[in-house]
Amino acid sequence: MGPSGTGKTTLLRLIGGQLRPDHGQVLVEGQDVHRLPRRELYRLRRRMGMLFQSGALLTDLNVFDNVAFPIRENTRLPEPLVRNLVLMKLEAVGLRGAVSLMPSELSGGMARRVALARAIALDPHLMMYDEPFTGLDPITMGVIVSLIRRLNDALGMTSIVVSHDVAEACSIADWVYLISEGRVVDAGPPEQLRREASDWSRQFLEGLPDGPVPFHYPAPDYLDDLMGGDTR
Amino acid sequence: MGPFQRLGRSALGVLERLGRGHLFLLRTLLAMGTLVRRPGLLVRELYSVGVLSLLIIAVSGLFVGMVLGYQGYITLVDFGAAEALGTVVALSLVRELGPVVTALLFAGRAGSALTAEIGLMKATEQLSSMEMMAVDPYKRVIAPRFLAGVISLPLLAAIFSAVGVAGGYFIGVGVLGVDAGAYWSQMQASVDFHEDIMNGVIKSMVFGVVAAWIAVFEGYDATPTSEGVSRATTRTVVHTALAILALDFILTGLMFGDI
Repeated sequence: MGPSGTGKTTLLRLIGGQLRPDHGQVLVEGQDVHRLPRRELYRLRRRMGMLFQSGALLTDLNVFDNVAFPIRENTRLPEPLVRNLVLMKLEAVGLRGAVSLMPSELSGGMARRVALARAIALDPHLMMYDEPFTGLDPITMGVIVSLIRRLNDALGMTSIVVSHDVAEACSIADWVYLISEGRVVDAGPPEQLRREASDWSRQFLEGLPDGPVPFHYPAPDYLDDLMGGDTR
Repeated sequence: MGPFQRLGRSALGVLERLGRGHLFLLRTLLAMGTLVRRPGLLVRELYSVGVLSLLIIAVSGLFVGMVLGYQGYITLVDFGAAEALGTVVALSLVRELGPVVTALLFAGRAGSALTAEIGLMKATEQLSSMEMMAVDPYKRVIAPRFLAGVISLPLLAAIFSAVGVAGGYFIGVGVLGVDAGAYWSQMQASVDFHEDIMNGVIKSMVFGVVAAWIAVFEGYDATPTSEGVSRATTRTVVHTALAILALDFILTGLMFGDI
């Protein structure tokens, strides 16, 4: 968790090998992601899933074909088996009935659930969620929150959720890293963070408008500015 | 920043883009192997890039041929050479207008659509999501569209020229009274397969590679915002048109310069 523009999505893209770090390394299952040849990187990605903030569904394919896409592209399973797998994944997110809809016919929350079904289509070991709660109504948000936790437990995955929705993220997280300006500033289980957090972390977790992160953008003295001759 | 610094900076920017464009072309060519195993991907793109461009190409070819029929007749009749109308129409179309006008129309109809489609796929993170699903966008998205453009353009140019010749016939023979036998026989006698038709085909193949390359690269390289996609689409049409006209000059010089 961390404020906007602090590098959370960048971190996910580094883990997925979509961005190259200037220095340092990213290890996934013991493999240095950025030293892998392309073929090996793609093999590793078959064990990763990622839910994009926008859902990123393929707009020319319907719900069924979107979820079937990674299965068809990465395996040679017979079509009846693909169908069963797709229906099972859609059942898990509660959208088996929407199988023939096009992405343009889905609400934001439904699109995100379809994208979630697609992301878990290949049973990944590591699942990454980029701002999964942003822009959702309370009911849909509740659905997504519980789905993330349930799928994580049922499929035995590791899940990394990037978010700035404190309550939702803390309600399902085993461990929280707070990031600010590209650095980890606090880490631990949610309850411990709430008890022992630094001033900055407390401001973030409790949503206080002023504190170590000032309400005011740096500016000259208010009175001087009002009385001064600069008329801009 | 001084004017020289600005000039240097923009020159470096152009060179960097050219480098990116060539690396992009290399990766696209390396990704072509997939299309042998999965021809269905190519067939779909051939339909949207080639077949859906047929109407505009055929209609334009017809009008260009009819205009050539009128203009050619007006010039030739003063010299008592109206029977040579078939030659004038066919050579103009096969050597120049067929490949060039088809490529320009292709840039406007199919090239801009390719750029917008790929650019929007980038802006909506569809390309990123493919990468994360272990699907290479170069193989799945770029290579089929590029090859479809390369294959379609020479075929569309051939159709443009054929329809244009028919348009010239309609005006020259049907309206202006040129002898039908003279129209066809003069054409048959003057148009050389290697010198004229093959050179026209080579031109349209080169234009096909350039037009498809610019279209898919601009889409892939677009800034992933609505403004970025709009700018990329404009760049596709402008850059393709300039590249086609410059290349046409160079190729014409190489092919016919020694006459």
